[in-house]
This record gives sequence, C-alpha cells and structure tokens, in this order.
Amino acid sequence: MKIVVCVKQVPETTEVKIDPKTNTLIREGVASIINPFDMYAIEEAIRLKERYNGITYVITMGPPQAEEVLREALSMGIDEAIHLCDKSFAGSDTWATSLVLAKAIEKIKDVDLIICGKQASDGDTAQVGPGIAAHLNLPQATYVRKVREIDLEKKVMYVERLLEGGYEVLKVELPALVTVVKEINEPRLPSLRGKMRAKRQSIPIWRHKDLGLKEEEVGLKGSPTQVVKIFTPPPRTKGKIFEGDVETCVDKLVSELKKIL
Amino acid sequence: MSKEAIKIIEEKCTGCGLCVKACSFSAISIVKKKAVIDLEKCNLCGTCKEVCKLKAIVIFKPEVVKTKKLDEYKGVWVFVEEEDGEIAGVSYELLGKARQLASDLESEVVAVYLGFNIKEKAKRLFSKGADKVIIVEKEELKNFIAENYANIISYLIKKYKPEIFLAGATSQGRSLVSRIAINIHTGLTADCTGLDIDKEKRFLIQTRPAFGGNIMAQIITPNFRPQMATVRHKVMKEIEIENKEGEIIEEVIDDNFIDKRIKFIDFIRDVTSTIDLTEADIIVSGGRGLGKKENFKLIEELAGVLKAAVGASRAAVDSGWIPYSHQVGQTGRTVAPKIYIACGISGQIQHLVGMQSSKFIVAINKDPEAPIFKVADFGIVGDLFKIVPLLTKRLKEELKK
Repeated sequence: MKIVVCVKQVPETTEVKIDPKTNTLIREGVASIINPFDMYAIEEAIRLKERYNGITYVITMGPPQAEEVLREALSMGIDEAIHLCDKSFAGSDTWATSLVLAKAIEKIKDVDLIICGKQASDGDTAQVGPGIAAHLNLPQATYVRKVREIDLEKKVMYVERLLEGGYEVLKVELPALVTVVKEINEPRLPSLRGKMRAKRQSIPIWRHKDLGLKEEEVGLKGSPTQVVKIFTPPPRTKGKIFEGDVETCVDKLVSELKKIL
Repeated sequence: MSKEAIKIIEEKCTGCGLCVKACSFSAISIVKKKAVIDLEKCNLCGTCKEVCKLKAIVIFKPEVVKTKKLDEYKGVWVFVEEEDGEIAGVSYELLGKARQLASDLESEVVAVYLGFNIKEKAKRLFSKGADKVIIVEKEELKNFIAENYANIISYLIKKYKPEIFLAGATSQGRSLVSRIAINIHTGLTADCTGLDIDKEKRFLIQTRPAFGGNIMAQIITPNFRPQMATVRHKVMKEIEIENKEGEIIEEVIDDNFIDKRIKFIDFIRDVTSTIDLTEADIIVSGGRGLGKKENFKLIEELAGVLKAAVGASRAAVDSGWIPYSHQVGQTGRTVAPKIYIACGISGQIQHLVGMQSSKFIVAINKDPEAPIFKVADFGIVGDLFKIVPLLTKRLKEELKK
C-alpha cells in the first residue's frame, strides 16, 4: 500500500502575542512546529504501514525552512519526503494549495491513501483535505477517528467519522483521502535511529514546473480569494472578578448571570 | 505584472523596523537601513503594508481579469443541511443573513435542499427568508455523502449561476463546499464571522478570524462566482417573516450524480452527550482542577440546571475523565456559545483559542493569576468544590422562579 501524508508547518500558537503598540502579531524568534493535527496523520500512516505493509511518503508545501517538519516526520518513521518549494507558491489560498498538493500526489503515482490532519492550527479552514480529493476526483472521509479495516484485495476501507452528535461508519473505495482527528491515535516520539536516518536522508524539491503547473496557476495568481485587510479584533474588556467569601461571590455571580440568561 | 508580488519603495523606507516586528513569518530584515523582504518566507499576508506608516510597501495583487461573465451570476444561495432529520438551526441563521445580503444586492434568496421526503419540510424555509427553494429528492440522498451532494450542487450552480453561496461551517458544510469550490473553480472562505456587501463592486466582504482569533482577515473573491463562504452556527441571526410564501423548484437528477465508491453504513449516537457542544447556547467546562473523573459530576449537575452542554480542557480529556468529543480548544472543537463557564481550567492559549469568541465567559479557579481570568467577563477566585455546588443550587432556585 502506498500512503501519502500531507503536512503543514505552523507557528507554535502559544507564542502568538499581540504587540499593543503596533497591534500586530509578535513572532520574533518563534518556533515553528508541525501542525498538531498532522502528527496524528503521520502516526496513522506509520501504523497502517505496520499493519498492511507498503511505503509511506510525507509532503509539504512551504518555504525552505519547512524542510524541518519533513525531517521530523521521517524521524518518526515515514519512508520518503518531498518538499514542494517554490517562490511562486507564496500567497496560495486553499484552492491553489490543494492543487499543488494534488499534482504532487499524482506525480508520486499509484497512491492508495492520502492522509491529512483535520485542519491547520493557523488557518483553521479544513478545506485543503477535501480540496485535494476534489482535484484528484477521489472519495473522501473527513474527521476520521478510526480506520477500522482495509481490504487491500477488494480495495476498500471502513472508517469511523466523528460528527457533531456521534460517529458515522463509511465504506470507502481506495484510492481515497482521509482527514483525521486527535482521537485516532497517540503519536510516537521519534527514535534515536529514526532521527539519525532523518538527518541523512535526501529530500527532493519539486517546483511548479516539476508538477506540470504554470506560474499563474499557483500562488497569489492562482488563488481565487484575496486577503484585502488584516486587523486585530478589539480586546476583551476587563471582567468583574470576585474574591473572598464564597457565598457572597456566588450571589454576585448569580445576579450577573440572571441579567444575561 | 512584475514578477515580485511585494516590493519595498526604497525612497520611502527609513528602516524603522515596524514591518520587521509585524511580520508573522520572519521574512523581513533591515539591511543598510532599508527593509528587505525574503520572498521565500513571505506569505504576502499584507500585515507589513498595514503597519508601514510611510506607505513604503506595495503588494501587487493580480489584476481583475473578467474571464467569466460575472454579471450573469445572480442570487444568494444557502445550503440547507439536516440534523436528526430536521433542518439544522445554522441553515435558518444563514437564510436570515442571506436575506440581508440579497436586499443589498437587490437580488433573491434561494435555499438548496437535498434529501428524501423533504418537500413538506422545505416549505418552512420561506418564512425564514427564502424566496425560492430548489429541492432534489432521491433515496440515496437520505444520508449526507459529501461526494454526492457536491456533484449535484456543482451541477445546479453551473445551471442557475448564483452570485453568492453560503453553507454552515459544520462537519457537513465544510466537507461539502471545499469540493464544490474546486469543481466549479471559485474562491471559498471558511468560518466567516462577518459578511457584508460592497454595493458598488458587488463583492462579498468576508471577515474571518485566523491564528485562533488573534487576528481578523477580510477576504474577497473578485474574479470568480459564486463567492462562497461558510459560517459557524450561532454567528448569524435567524429571522421570521410571517405569511411569506415562495416557489419550490424540483430538480430531477439521474444516477450518474451518485458516487458508488462511498457508502454510508451506520451512525452511532454519542450517549455521553445529550446536548451537542457546537449547538449549545451555554457550555460548562471542567479542567485539571477537578482532580479526578468522579468530580465531573459537579460539572454535569451545573450543566443540567442550565440545560448546557459539557465541555472539557485537553488536560481532563487526556486524563481519561471524559471522551475526546467534549474537548474544547486547539486540538478539539472550537465553540462560541452565549455563555461559557470554565471550572478548574487555567486557560492555556490552546484552550482559549477554542472558546474566546464566546459572548460571555465565566471563570472559576483557585489561582487569581490563571490566564482564564484575562478573558473572563465574570469570575470567582476560589475553591471550585465549594463554589460550583453552591452555584448549581442557587441557579436552580432562581430558574424555578
């Protein structure tokens, strides 16, 4: 079985602070991490390989420093990594991003399963996974909390999707794309051997031409949406915090709650 | 167009460094008192342009190329989704917003409703704001399958050419519209908290939070139609127009639209939650401060009195006190109820990003320095084991009155 995991490098959210003077994000010297949901995608790919054999790939679209997240995935046990890196990719919205990732998956060839995290922690759109599936005309299962079984002979899998009021079981023909939630597994820590291997491994870089894409199909030019303005939301006003005697505090809180209930 | 999408006008730049601080991607540095942008790192987000007081940064947006005849596109569409066999609340809310957008555009509101035996239910959509309802009935559409719904709606969009298309930012809506946007090649903006019309250009101005609500972005889709957006439940207001009627258009589709590669097998209800987190007007959440699984009862009792849903911090979920489906925060669900009551939750940023858009936040925590108090509208510093049961009792008395 051939599995491709799509990951994204994101800023570590704990570090996102607003500069009160300039009203902008402060991210000086801030660490970048693998998008938290992508960790579950990587782990699931490794587990499925352990169960059903095959080969695993990790791909990311991002600037040169995004190579770090590919190496981290390799150190956990992913076999191969490919970096989709090109100046022309800058400014891509979810449409253009999913196109680039889809083209890379096509180029890898004969992929049975694509795994993505449910959404990225910086953009929060959850659009790229289904977008890739649509570009490749593949069936999708989003919010997967369990891959129950894969029948490689019949080329089908059974998955559980986490929905608002419970979960749903779907039968999906392969090749297919899944996006996963945290409940699916617990990601492993990289082994020392894995880290050594990840360090040495060469990672090919694919640019827009390698993917058969024109410059105007990607990046800002290939993106139907445009960001016209960025601003900080008004800060929350200081609240009423009660301290001291429990009964008095609760009374005060109840009278406040009565006004808004 | 210049190959570089962003440029520093050197004559204007004084090397003040405001843009360096503002850049979220560490893409700007000051070299010889001038700002230099590393295009490999730049994401063209425009933050630097906003902060530059000297207007020394220019971003070259792609020119408006009218490849499609944009004026052919008319009407504001709303995707109607079902939950437990009934029309979901978010669909009514979207119709309310669509009504307003349509009046700004002097256009009409059309609801798109797919399913089986839905004709009667569809009539309810008129009083909620719809002028027309397009229905597609087929047994295979009884259960929501993103591929089938996307195939059919993409076909309908090509046929009728709506100007705007809205859907709920629910698991259904999000899975569906991403496919449609790719199929028909148009822009899509997720999780909008504000939708307005630029009347002159007929643009839908879509405002959405990013970085967990730390910044807001305004997004447009200038060259493609329809302009597509998803909106979370509880963000827009439902309306009720008495005695309003409208037209039901029945579309018949053939079997080609049904994707045979994917089959619904079963749905298993989560018995641990009687009220759904994302639907709830009030959420009572528990965290590490509860100490052990049994103590979640305190949270459940308070939630019971308020008819609220039960939420949890990651710490409580990871300790195995409550299932993951209750987790609020970065790796759980994002919620925005009217009232969010956090008990024994310190308020790590990962939790805050999942709930800080709530209208009122109440915090109960023994540590006065806990970050949760920074976002709280009301709070009590103290022992939750004394406060929560007393609060439950008092509210019970009050609500009886």
